[in-house]
Amino acid sequence: MSRLKTLVRNQNGVPPLRGGHSLCQGCGVPMVVRTVLSTIRQPVVVVNATGCLEVATTRYPTTAWNVPWLHVAFENAAAVASGVESAQRALRRRHALPADEDVAVVVFAGDGGTYDIGLQALSGALERGHRFLFVCYDNEAYMNTGVQRSGATPFAASTTTSPAGRQSWGKAQQRKDMTAIAVAHHVPYVAQAAATHWHDLSVKVERAVAAPGPAFLNVLTDCPVGWGHEPRLFAQVIDGAVDSLFWPLYEVVEGRYALTYLPPAVLPVAEWLALQGRFAHLLRPENATVVAGIQAQVEEDWLALLEQCGGRILAGSGQGRCPPEC
Amino acid sequence: MTDVRLLTGGEAVAHAMRQIDPDVVPVYPITPQTPIIQTFAKFVADGAAQTEIVNVESEHSAMSAAIGAALAGARTMTATSSQGLALMAEIVYIAASMRAPIVMALGNRALSGPINIHCDHSDSMLIRDSGVIQLFAESAQEAYDLTVIAPRLAEHPDVLLPVLVCQDGFTITHSAEPVTLLPDAAVRHFVGDYSIPNDVLDVARPTTQGPFAMPDYYYEFRRQQAAAIEASATAFGELASEFAQLSGRSYGEIEEYRLEGASTAIVALGSTAGTVKDVVDELREEGESVGLLKLTSFRPFPAAAIAAALSGVDFVVVLDRADSPGATPPLHAEVAAALYGSSCELSGAVYGLGGRDLHPTHIRALFAGAAPSYVGLRGDPCRV
Repeated sequence: MSRLKTLVRNQNGVPPLRGGHSLCQGCGVPMVVRTVLSTIRQPVVVVNATGCLEVATTRYPTTAWNVPWLHVAFENAAAVASGVESAQRALRRRHALPADEDVAVVVFAGDGGTYDIGLQALSGALERGHRFLFVCYDNEAYMNTGVQRSGATPFAASTTTSPAGRQSWGKAQQRKDMTAIAVAHHVPYVAQAAATHWHDLSVKVERAVAAPGPAFLNVLTDCPVGWGHEPRLFAQVIDGAVDSLFWPLYEVVEGRYALTYLPPAVLPVAEWLALQGRFAHLLRPENATVVAGIQAQVEEDWLALLEQCGGRILAGSGQGRCPPEC
Repeated sequence: MTDVRLLTGGEAVAHAMRQIDPDVVPVYPITPQTPIIQTFAKFVADGAAQTEIVNVESEHSAMSAAIGAALAGARTMTATSSQGLALMAEIVYIAASMRAPIVMALGNRALSGPINIHCDHSDSMLIRDSGVIQLFAESAQEAYDLTVIAPRLAEHPDVLLPVLVCQDGFTITHSAEPVTLLPDAAVRHFVGDYSIPNDVLDVARPTTQGPFAMPDYYYEFRRQQAAAIEASATAFGELASEFAQLSGRSYGEIEEYRLEGASTAIVALGSTAGTVKDVVDELREEGESVGLLKLTSFRPFPAAAIAAALSGVDFVVVLDRADSPGATPPLHAEVAAALYGSSCELSGAVYGLGGRDLHPTHIRALFAGAAPSYVGLRGDPCRV
């Protein structure tokens, strides 16, 4: 069966996240959520950090969720998941839950709830080895509160708290490498994925859920408002991040790196930047050196990644990209 | 046969936890709470309890994991003190609003700064409006007994709120005294099985828990929460009666000590009540008509019971082991509200901040109406 059919079958006629929520047009987050949850065959409990996804899907008395869903606060989603997972383990041991009923605990958090305010709780939960999947939907800034910079915001992006101006070319610092931070916890499965590469994402979710401990997925997705692009261009913009090597797709299984996608033709970073209003100031001639610096940084990071992968490139991973018209 | 052991308050609570055998205990160490979790961890390590202990990386995560576990259908307990409670305060509010029946042992300790590890009640007062139930123990025995009652109170269908069992740091947590333990089976039978109306692990009946509530619904959530803690007073009374039949030890939201015919009374929380009782006995011997009103329940605040108990008293002194800089200290203000319209004279004093001792001589001065508003200071620290 094709993977797409499998995803539909796994929904069993009931989409885990329904339409009718108030996420923006062109926002990749619901696509990430549906791809992740439709991949998982067993029952799930979703733990959601405060953010766009939580606010836009659960305005009381409505809900867009057809799976158990739990939200407590912004910075603690991994800790809440630790509690749910521990409860499940304790109840199973006491035979209060059937031994064969494995409920997957899946966290969704934005980059703020992962890279920044959520980092401590995430680090603790990864270190303790709870069996759960943490999915960061990384749209590279605090979008829910109106596009403020985060630790995930790329160098030189203009946000409302790192605005480009006469004496500023946007965020002055590099983004942190959250995927590497997760790897440093020696957890069994870590991967970087992108919303539009749904096939690749789905394969990774399958492996993550089967992992014998914590799994972390860092999934790049867009924000039409914060990135400054037309909603209809979302696939092109996310694909551009991957094809320019700004956001490589790879996985780290028990510390062993492997690329899962090799772009057929590498896009110059400048072409990806040019699609987004947050980088518009970089297109001015006087900022050409900044763009060249970004290109050099991307290439340096890519070479370092290739070295870590040691030639491991998983086959068949070019499938599942959105066709250009989507 | 009665099982009397020499135990600190911390150890006594750990024994209660062993007997309750909660499913999940997420916890982070802090003085003076640590003896509770250390003693309990050893019980679990020896197989005396089957609990899943989650050694989280902060108190913020302790309360967060506790919510996750409690709403997933697991009986959940934790413990903290002072800065730990301050760090988890954000999540304590949410635990109450999500109606998570978590039981937490609190070893009361002064809030920083300056940093200090000894007792006062500033940590409890920090979260007084969070919506959690707060019961104060006078002794290790009371800490044990209230901990046994607490899960039933938290999980009562009319309540479904976190319950804090507060014991004074060091004075109770670290001081050994004879404690009568109930038989393990009796405690197990008393607490029964854990059950909540909406279990997030119930995948056949998915629920959305912790949604976003805007001005059209938030207010109703908050009102329901207030009604739940109001209802907890009745539930506590029923459970205390049941517990009295089991143990022979009676609890109420307040304890009146020699208030009959008293013209002067002190109102106090926690271990200080024990010292005041001794002074009351001495003064009664000397012919003074004095008494004590101890609050076991600080939240819900037993205003009606306080007003009734103090109705014949002429002079009331409220002892606050926490200050409210720039305002009336918390217990004083709340007792004043409870006594509004009464003809008695009311005064209050702050004492014991950061573990400063309150001596019987201080208590005599308080009864005599001759104590300053800050009792037990060394000289006048405000005079340069």
